[in-house]
Formats: sequence, C-alpha cells, structure tokens
Amino acid sequence: MRELSSLPNRRQLLAATAAAGALSLLPAGLANAAEGDAIRPFTFHASQTAIDELRRRIAATRWPEKETVADSSQGVPLATMQELARYWATDYDWHKAEAKLNALPQFITVLDGLDIHFIHVRSKHPNALPLVITHGWPGSILEQIKLIGPLTDPTAHGGKAEDAFDVVIPSMPGYGFSGKPTSPGWGPERMARAWPELMKRLGYTRYVAQGGDWGAFVVDQMGLQAPAGLLAIHTNMPATVPTDVDKALLAGSPAPSGLSAEEQRAYEQLVRTFKQVDYARLMASRPQTLYGIADSPVGLAAWLLDHNDADGQPAAAVATALNRTASATGELTRDEILDNITLYWLTNTGVSASRLYWEYKGGFFNAKGVKIPVAVTVFPGEQYEAPRSWTERAYPKLIHYNRVEKGGHFAAWEQPMIFVQELRAAFRSLR
Amino acid sequence: MSGLDSKIGRRHRHAPAALAGAVAMVLSTAAARAETMSPAPTGIGTVAQASVSSNLGDTSIRPFRIQVSDEALADLRRRLATTKWPQRETVTDASQGVQLATMQKLARYWHTEYDWRKVEARLNALPQFTTSIDGIDIHFIHVRSKHPNALPVIITHGWPGSIIEQLKIIDPLADPTAHGGQAEDAFDVVIPSLPGYGLSGQPTTTGWDPQHIARAWVELMRRLGYTRFVAQGGDWGDAVSEQMALQAPPELLGVHTNMPATVPDDIAKALQFGEPAPSGLSVDEKKAYDQLDYFYKHGLAYAQEMSNRPQTLYGIEDSPIGLAAWMLDHDIRSYELIARVFDGQSEGLTRDDILDNVTLYWLTNTAVSSARLYWENKLAFFAPKGITIPVAVSVFPDEIYAAPRSWAEKAFPKLIHYNKLDKGGHFAAWEQPMTFVQELQVAFRSLR
Repeated sequence: MRELSSLPNRRQLLAATAAAGALSLLPAGLANAAEGDAIRPFTFHASQTAIDELRRRIAATRWPEKETVADSSQGVPLATMQELARYWATDYDWHKAEAKLNALPQFITVLDGLDIHFIHVRSKHPNALPLVITHGWPGSILEQIKLIGPLTDPTAHGGKAEDAFDVVIPSMPGYGFSGKPTSPGWGPERMARAWPELMKRLGYTRYVAQGGDWGAFVVDQMGLQAPAGLLAIHTNMPATVPTDVDKALLAGSPAPSGLSAEEQRAYEQLVRTFKQVDYARLMASRPQTLYGIADSPVGLAAWLLDHNDADGQPAAAVATALNRTASATGELTRDEILDNITLYWLTNTGVSASRLYWEYKGGFFNAKGVKIPVAVTVFPGEQYEAPRSWTERAYPKLIHYNRVEKGGHFAAWEQPMIFVQELRAAFRSLR
Repeated sequence: MSGLDSKIGRRHRHAPAALAGAVAMVLSTAAARAETMSPAPTGIGTVAQASVSSNLGDTSIRPFRIQVSDEALADLRRRLATTKWPQRETVTDASQGVQLATMQKLARYWHTEYDWRKVEARLNALPQFTTSIDGIDIHFIHVRSKHPNALPVIITHGWPGSIIEQLKIIDPLADPTAHGGQAEDAFDVVIPSLPGYGLSGQPTTTGWDPQHIARAWVELMRRLGYTRFVAQGGDWGDAVSEQMALQAPPELLGVHTNMPATVPDDIAKALQFGEPAPSGLSVDEKKAYDQLDYFYKHGLAYAQEMSNRPQTLYGIEDSPIGLAAWMLDHDIRSYELIARVFDGQSEGLTRDDILDNVTLYWLTNTAVSSARLYWENKLAFFAPKGITIPVAVSVFPDEIYAAPRSWAEKAFPKLIHYNKLDKGGHFAAWEQPMTFVQELQVAFRSLR
C-alpha cells in the first residue's frame, strides 16, 4: 500500500492511489497526463515482506571461494563481504534510514514524462539561495542528507543567516525513488534540461547547482546550457583535463612534456583511475547483462562497493567506513553504506542506475567549455586533484577554487561540514 | 588405495563414496581428502571438487564420476523461481546486453523442463579421471581409440565453456569409422577441465596462468604415457595450446586452433587507439579489423572486469540467472545464436546444451574461480606469440574475428593447415561438431 504523508510545506495534495508491491512508490508516469505540473508529497515505507525477503536472501547467499591474494587486487575481498552480509542480515535496520528520509519533505513531479523524486527543504531565512544538488553512482540522495540541516539552517550549525540555502535534491532517473526510463535518452544532458524545469516549477527564478560524479556531469551540462536563472555551478569532480592531456590518457601514452608538478601528479592520478573503471566500461556497454545485481543482494553490494577513490578500490573512504559504527563528526559509517545499498535493493535500481553509463557518450574528465561562473572544490581523495591551472582554463569564470584537506569521491557523504563550508564560500559572491 | 591402482586406460571404476555438498565425486577413497573450499554459511554451494592434494608427489590417476545431490538441484530450482528481475532494457535490440525476454524464456525452461540428470549420465558414460598436478586436482575425460596408432590429442575448452563444449566430438574423433571417417584418422582424446573450471580444483594461490596450465598439460600427457601428441584449443584453450607450442616440448607435434592469435602489431595499435583501419588491407583483413573493432568497443568489458575485479562478481555466484546472463554475453554472434535458440529456432546448439554448461558452472560454484583466469593472464590475447612448431588453423566465420590467411601465415611460419569454414562461431566444437572433427582429421594428417 502506498502511503502519503501530510507534510507541512507540501504544495498540492494528491488523490490517493493504491500501488501494489513492496514499495510505496507511485508507478512511473502515473497521474502524468492528469496532473501536469503537479508536485506530489512522497514518503517511503518498505513493507516488512520486502525487508524479510532481503534478509532471507542475504542469509542464503552462495559464496564464491576466497580470493587467491591477500589484498583487494582481485576485487572486494570475501571476508569484507561476509562481515557486511552478517551485519546486514541481522542487526542492520533499514527503518532508521527510512525515518530519516521521511522526516524530510519529499515530493514527486513529472519532468519530461518521467516521475522525478526530490527532497525540498526551504530555509527559514529570507533570501536563502536556492541550490539543486545532484548525486552520482553508486550514490543516491542519501549521500546528501547530512548537508541539508547546515545548508538550510546555518545559524544552528555555526554559520550565518546570509549563507542560507533552499535545498533541492533530486533522485536521478533510474535511481532511488525516481521513475525508471523505459526508452533511451535520459543522459546528463537531458537531466540538465529537466532540473531547471524543476527549479522553475518550485518557483525559483535564480538558483545555483552542485554535483559530483554523475552530478558533476549534470552540472557541467547545465553550465553549458546556461538556462535563465542559473547563476553558477559548484563541482567537486571538475572536468578540467586539457585536450592534449586527455588524448595522451586515452592512448595510454606518457604525459605530454611541460606539465607542472601539480599537473604531472594529476596525470598520474588519472592514469590510475582509468585502470580502475572496468565497472564503468561494463555498464556503458552491457548494463542489462547485470542480472546478478538485481537478483543477489550481496552481488549488488559488492558491485556498488567496488568504486574507487584516490586511495583504493574499493574506495578507501568506504572501506574505512565499513569498520566505523558511529561518528560524532558526521563521517561515513557502516550503516550509511548499507542505507545506500539497501535503497538500491528495495527500489530494484541496480540495472536501471547502471544504464546511465550506457546513455552517456561523451568524454569523462575533458573540459566541456562551460562559460558561466563555476566554483570548484578539490578533495584529496577524488579521482584526480584538478590543478588550478587546468581548472582556470576549463572554467574561464572560476569564482572559487579551493583544495581542502580531507574527503574524497563521496565528499558530501564523507565530510559534510567541510562540504557545507565550501558551498557557503563558493556562492557568497553571487548572493 | 583404489586410486593408486587405476592405471591409464582403465575405464571408470567407481567405488561409491558419497561426499557432502552439491557435487559428490564418486572416486577413490583418496579423494575423501577433497576439502570444502567454500565458506558458504548455508552449505548449499559446497564445492567438493576443489581439493588441494596434500601430497605433491602423488601422480596417481583416479577414476571420477559426478553425482549432484537432489538438494542442490532443488536449491537451483528454488532460486530460479524466486529470481528478482531488473526492468526490461530500454531498447528493442541487444545493444544494452542480454535481453530480458531471452532471460525469462531461459529461466522458464531451466526451471520447468531442463533435466541435469541427462548430461550427468552422458558425462558418467565417459571415462573421467582426476590427477593432481602442481597441487591442483585436474579433472579430465580420457577416451582411447580402439584403433592402433591413434594420434593423442589434448583439447582445451575456454570461458564461458567447459568440457561440455567438447562432448559431441569425442566419439567421432576416437571412433572415426563409425562416423564416416577412416581408421587412420583416429585420435586418443584427452579433455581436461581448466583449473578453477568445472570439476577441476580451484587454485587457492596465484600463478595458474596459461603458461602454467600449458606446462601442466604436458605433464598430464606424459603421465598418460603419451610420447607424441597434438593439442587443440579455442578461447582460453587457444591461449593454452599456443603456450604449449611456444614451450615446444619434444612430444608436441603440432597444435590446432580455432581462435588463433594472429593480429599484427600495427593493427593492434590502431585498434587500441580507436583509429580507422590502416590503408591497404585486403578484404579479409578489413573484415577482421572491423570485427575486432566492434568487439573492443562493445564487447570486451566483461573480460576487462574479470581481468581486474573477478572477486567482485558475487552476483554471478549467488544468482543462477545472473550467472547465465553473464555467460551468455560472451560475444555478440554467440549471444544472437543463443537468443534464437530460446526463441525456438533450430541451431547448432540446443537449449539443453546451453543449460548443461551453465548448470555445470552453477553446481560446481566456479563462476568466480573461472573468471580469475582473466586476472591471472598477462598475455595479449590476439598478439602473435612467436610459435615455430607446426600450427593448423580453422577459421569459423562468426568467431570474434575471422583470422585472414595473410595474418595466420605471418603468425605461424609453419602453418600446416588453414581453412575457412562456411558456418560456425566461437563455440565451434560445440556448435558444428562434425565440421570441427573433419578439420582436426585433415589438420593433423600430415603429422601422423
């Protein structure tokens, strides 16, 4: 049964519609024609049947034998997966994550024919700057929820009222609670067209956009399309690689001569990254073949865990988090890792999320030609640390460039307070 | 110990000795030391075939039979019935991977009509053995011809294949006169399971690359008493056979390959950088270039993933449908053929053929251990290796690439046979067994 909650700031009430199945999701496209631009409140309640079924499957996992090495050079080690599975099937409680989500105002609206789910929190402060934040793969809106309080209510989190944001966090098509596209075309370019429509529908006439991973592709595309109202973007995975360097990378050639020490270091990081993206190649060419991540929770978990960062594959930040049961400073914990994986499982989005790689045909870290104001934060654990020199060339209107001390590919999730401070500083000049 | 007195050529004697787990190998009591390698908490996926010999000096050849427990088959059916499916692909073709409709037809047939016991009986009707080589139990089929002077041949399967690929060619090779051939074309046939595959043991340490396997095969043939023999292979079987040829032990007379490594350096470089085909290519060369270009751009990712992250593929060990889809997606031509088979069309492979092979992987829990061979391998797959002994090549049109004669002649200076066939693809022995047998008969005639 679908359950609709009455949220204090919801905009429109939706006529109750029953939906069968484990999820309280509206089937994609439902009420589309009838409701036009309607914005419907949304909450999610996984059925007990779905939770029991997940646990049953984890407990019944058929394991491969142990890797033949003593490190993670063959993939996610068996011991890591078995310990995670043990906790996931027993003590882990999805309902805590669900409660956190349902405490936030969530909505669904149809954009370009597809149900798009989003969190929308308005600041109590007047003149708050509207901000749309886009997650990536293997992430979800759960990557960003720790940012919401500090961004919308800065005075309660050591900030000033004039740094307040209104925050919009959509689930990408095929991800989380958004609809799954049934025809091709939902690449970053199309999302970049849909998000401005979303902001407009929310009544925002001037706003900024933020993203990392696929979110970075989306905000770069928004920057290229430069819709009216978009003041600037912030990216924590900037695409700055100059053409000659990009060519050398793709060809596996040595670095072009004349690179500075910082650029040389970035080049080496990129070389390493391109050796760690087989998962991306697979999803870019054969996403539908990944039936195993739809059918096996442990298969899904391992696939999602094996994303790299600068310090390892799986990402060192994630591997560390698997051993962290609590954090007073908002650092990533084991529960948060499982919240994200469980969200993919319960929404059956392992394959639909993978399809985004198939949709995208463009380059990865090459400069895209964005002309509007851009703010960049360089986290040391990201795929590569974008040098200031490349960043200035890639983004001629660079309004902010800062290298921070901590954090990696999942920066908002790993270091929410640093991330929030960066966004405050990044956009201050545009208010 | 019964295992020690089962000498070469003795057909399968089998003392019943049930082992726990999915796959009970009925063999000598010596096999009771077979260790359970899988830490599966449920015990369902217990891999009985993975054993590490405690005695490296043990060269005994032990008869072998496979008998899968009813419980393992029931578990497979249960998992198939409860498959959690992804949403359908968003295209109307196979460009996003194995299509949902194909997988659902396969699942229905696998769950309701497929009978593993049939192939189990076929396997057990063949003389099968295990012997420990370099610490791993190697499983193999060994059929001696009744004809004197039969030529011994060791045939190696690939991924996602197994000894199942070669079952149809055994009798015609060993008993040609019963299949329209001549006694002087007879072969003694040895078909091993690669380490980590099927009923062979799963390596627990690194190092089982094609070079190591090639050395082990020579040891196997010596152990069987053969002093002159030939080798055959496609896919990984080609890599192994070509390494055998490179190592060139005195007993090895020649090799036959149906997936030869012949791609010249300049072509390989152009392909790597995604450049247009070099000018001056012949029609055959251009066709090969285009086939490789397509494969590298659209079809190589599974191999890259297994080369770097085999252990991450938990989903294909835990989900039979996940495993089947992963195995079906080897190359576009075979996938298209298999999709046609499940659409009810008649092809060189049947639904049972395809599921016999997938089910063998499933029941032996070898999805990840087989993938690991890609991680072990550091050789360039299609690059000429510098072989100087006699080589025979059969080119099947739907292989990943159809090797042109010009490239084959350069790669193999002692090319004793080159033939282009009209029909057949990557799984040539499985799909076109009689053509394949005739090719082997002709290919090796000059070496007898």
